Amino acid sequence: MSSDEPIVSAVDVHKSFGNNKVLKGINMEVSTGEVVTVLGPSGSGKSTFLRCINQLEEIDSGAIFVDGEQMGFELRGDRLYHLPDSAVRRQRRKIGMVFQNFNLFPHMTALQNVVEAPIGIHGRDKTEAREEAMELLQRIGLAEKANSYPRQLSGGQQQRVAIARALAIKPRLLLFDEPTSALDPELVGEVLTTMRNLAEGGLTMLVVTHEISFAREAAHRVVFMDGGVVVEDGKPDEVLNNPQQARTRQFLNRFI
Amino acid sequence: MNTTAQDISASPGQSAALRVSRNVADAYKPFPIWRLVAWLVLGWIVLEAVMLVGQNPNFGWATVGEYLFHQNILDGLKITLGLSVVSMALGILFGLVIALMRMSPDRLLSGFAAGFLWFFRAVPLLVQLIFWYNLSALFPEVKISIPFGPELGAWETNSLISPLTAAIIGLALHEAAYMAEIIRGGLLSVDRGQIEATQAFGMSRARALRRVILPQAMRFIVPPSGNQFISMVKATSLVSVIAMSDLLYSVQAIYNRTFEVIPLLLVAAAWYLFIVSLLNVGQEFLERHFGRSERGVVDDDALSEEAES
Repeated sequence: MSSDEPIVSAVDVHKSFGNNKVLKGINMEVSTGEVVTVLGPSGSGKSTFLRCINQLEEIDSGAIFVDGEQMGFELRGDRLYHLPDSAVRRQRRKIGMVFQNFNLFPHMTALQNVVEAPIGIHGRDKTEAREEAMELLQRIGLAEKANSYPRQLSGGQQQRVAIARALAIKPRLLLFDEPTSALDPELVGEVLTTMRNLAEGGLTMLVVTHEISFAREAAHRVVFMDGGVVVEDGKPDEVLNNPQQARTRQFLNRFI
Repeated sequence: MNTTAQDISASPGQSAALRVSRNVADAYKPFPIWRLVAWLVLGWIVLEAVMLVGQNPNFGWATVGEYLFHQNILDGLKITLGLSVVSMALGILFGLVIALMRMSPDRLLSGFAAGFLWFFRAVPLLVQLIFWYNLSALFPEVKISIPFGPELGAWETNSLISPLTAAIIGLALHEAAYMAEIIRGGLLSVDRGQIEATQAFGMSRARALRRVILPQAMRFIVPPSGNQFISMVKATSLVSVIAMSDLLYSVQAIYNRTFEVIPLLLVAAAWYLFIVSLLNVGQEFLERHFGRSERGVVDDDALSEEAES
């Protein structure tokens, strides 16, 4: 299912906000086609780490590689240089992101939301992009809502449109930042179903979530973070059923 | 007694013969007696005021009619409209630039913008207009040259700063300072997550501003901008001090000759009312356009508006 070549590789990543050390040396690899779920208590740094991958946050030290390129930096000769903004934007375009609060563009219809990046940023043909967008909306079961504004959709529907929007750029990697945390309990299921379908489709996904069920059923690997470090990393049934670390056991006990 | 949905048509405790509906849909509304009183009083006040003004010979309505479409007045009207539109357009443009500079993390840029705001909001418009008009007294000549290099050209300030340019510069800079704060307020009202979404897509800042941020900020920018535009139309009357023949100046020129002060001021007032009425229509249109996702109406306008590459 997953090949050996890593698409994400984080090496000793540190990040502080002021005096608050949020990431204290994260090492992690994600292989192409792999679905990795990051679990951990609030404040463990899991969302921050996800945001560091597509450079919504700048890291203080260490290095992050995506698809063979170092994010935000470039080695020229034997010196490492900051990349200019335009190059950073180009790197981000390979990565799709789904936010906790959806962040759909409220002044655009569902369809306009989905085609905005492919047409406006990736320069795709308009008719073609619109046809593909309709197919994506069909796949998530919202084709009839194509001309609705986000405000007219339920939270679950909005998040599914946001997933379609992230898929429309044909990302090499899809990041999910607590995609179900802002949803009413009865709406979580439809979003998880959509995500599970994507996972089965062979997409590389890095999912920060509190949904243990998703980690158990859809992930190839579970990473448990606490206090800014990776505490445990392994197959879902190993980490979830037989955790080796006390902190992981303590965290999981709260969900039983 | 247990009242269920089925028996609301019958009042509880009453016999079947005296059935009275308790369904609120069947309820009668009492006659709005106090609203009627308010209408009558207001109507009487308005009618009385109109009669008082309309039938008063001192207002000289015949003279008003005579001068309303007078050529000098229409010329002045053109100047007033032209000045308002050009100064407002420049004011919005500079205002946007100043607002973006003010929000920049770069201390120098935001400091410059803060200084601009401080200065141009503090100095009265009238003082600014007179200052720009008299620029030649301070700088008799304008030169363009390469630093430490040859001179490329020189002009007499008097030939550059006509009353028109002085008026446009003064009004536009004054307007820019106010518009900058209005635009900044609008930009700040847009959810931080929206900016993050554009960043995550790798959207350029200019495109994010144009496609995502400004369309959402506009809902908060348009109403106070309407205020500003109206103020601007009336503020142009200040340019009469630098011998610009705007609407008010034309009116004054006539009544200085004929001494028909009140009728001619009424002519000016009538035209200002007309311009502002047009602006109100424009503002309503803009508000409806930028609020359409709020109402959730998908009009043809929205459907044809696709992402541009």
